[in-house]
Amino acid sequence: MSPDAMDPNRSSRWMRYASPAAFYPVAGRLQRVFAAAAVLLALAGLWIGFFVAPTDAQQGEGYRIIFVHVPASWMSMVIYCAMAFWAGVGLVFNTRLSAMMATALAPTGAMFTLLSLVTGALWGKPMWGTWWVWDARLTSELLLFFLYLGFIALQAGIDNPRRADKAGAVLALVGVVNVPIIYFSVTWWNTLHQGASVSMTRSPSMAQTMLWGMLLMALAFWAYAVAVALARVRNLILERERHTEWVRDAVEQRS
Amino acid sequence: MQWNSAREFFLMGGYAFYVWGSLGACAAAMLVEPWLVGRQRRAIEQSLRDQFDAQAAEADPMAPPR
Repeated sequence: MSPDAMDPNRSSRWMRYASPAAFYPVAGRLQRVFAAAAVLLALAGLWIGFFVAPTDAQQGEGYRIIFVHVPASWMSMVIYCAMAFWAGVGLVFNTRLSAMMATALAPTGAMFTLLSLVTGALWGKPMWGTWWVWDARLTSELLLFFLYLGFIALQAGIDNPRRADKAGAVLALVGVVNVPIIYFSVTWWNTLHQGASVSMTRSPSMAQTMLWGMLLMALAFWAYAVAVALARVRNLILERERHTEWVRDAVEQRS
Repeated sequence: MQWNSAREFFLMGGYAFYVWGSLGACAAAMLVEPWLVGRQRRAIEQSLRDQFDAQAAEADPMAPPR
């Protein structure tokens, strides 16, 4: 066993940030870093996506919806997994901050799911001739939207915050089975939706510059989601810790 | 560069409504959400200051309000 693992401070160093009072200022600094990263990545991604990437042979310029549709769809699934992860951590270790993190992620996840559906409809109309079809990919993504709304409504309906955390966590964990269903829906069923352009098992079926534009936009959306979730978790911390000394100090310093 | 003129860029090969609609929806959502979170933050800070003022007034009724 390494001497590091014996050191009792090793775990407590990290556990320290599980305390809302210790995490609050750290989240404030991280939030600014991620917000700046989101802006820079989005500028680079939009430049490549709209000025460098070539016209698509089949879809003309209409394919450029990909630069927002795919990142929004990925984030809808990534945020759900992150939300379920923090909800699960909160349930197992009974850490309040983890549960607050899950609560803070839900509205942003719901927003990206809605954006995925809206941009998908705007892409489907010119390419498929319809805004919407009840195929496996679209329907499972719609179900994800309802899972987010259910999580938010359930937590809003319970007055005791700790009980709301636990009820929401169970819902988030049960709903996580939907994420692989969305991801693999295009291979498991015959769908109108095209298969994955980027997969882990084969090289991407798209031009290099298109791929780079898409990946930069995905990173931008990710950095945005981290920044806004941190900002929201800071609000939650202030509200839930409003009777503590440190919140008093933190607010009075600013005024 | 894919475009010969600004007009060609904005027309997006006839897909202007769909491409700019998608981009606009994302841009609008990603501007409104941080604004809402910021507004919520200002409301919480205001309610906290009110709470502290009320507590201070209770502790010392003669003290001048801040």
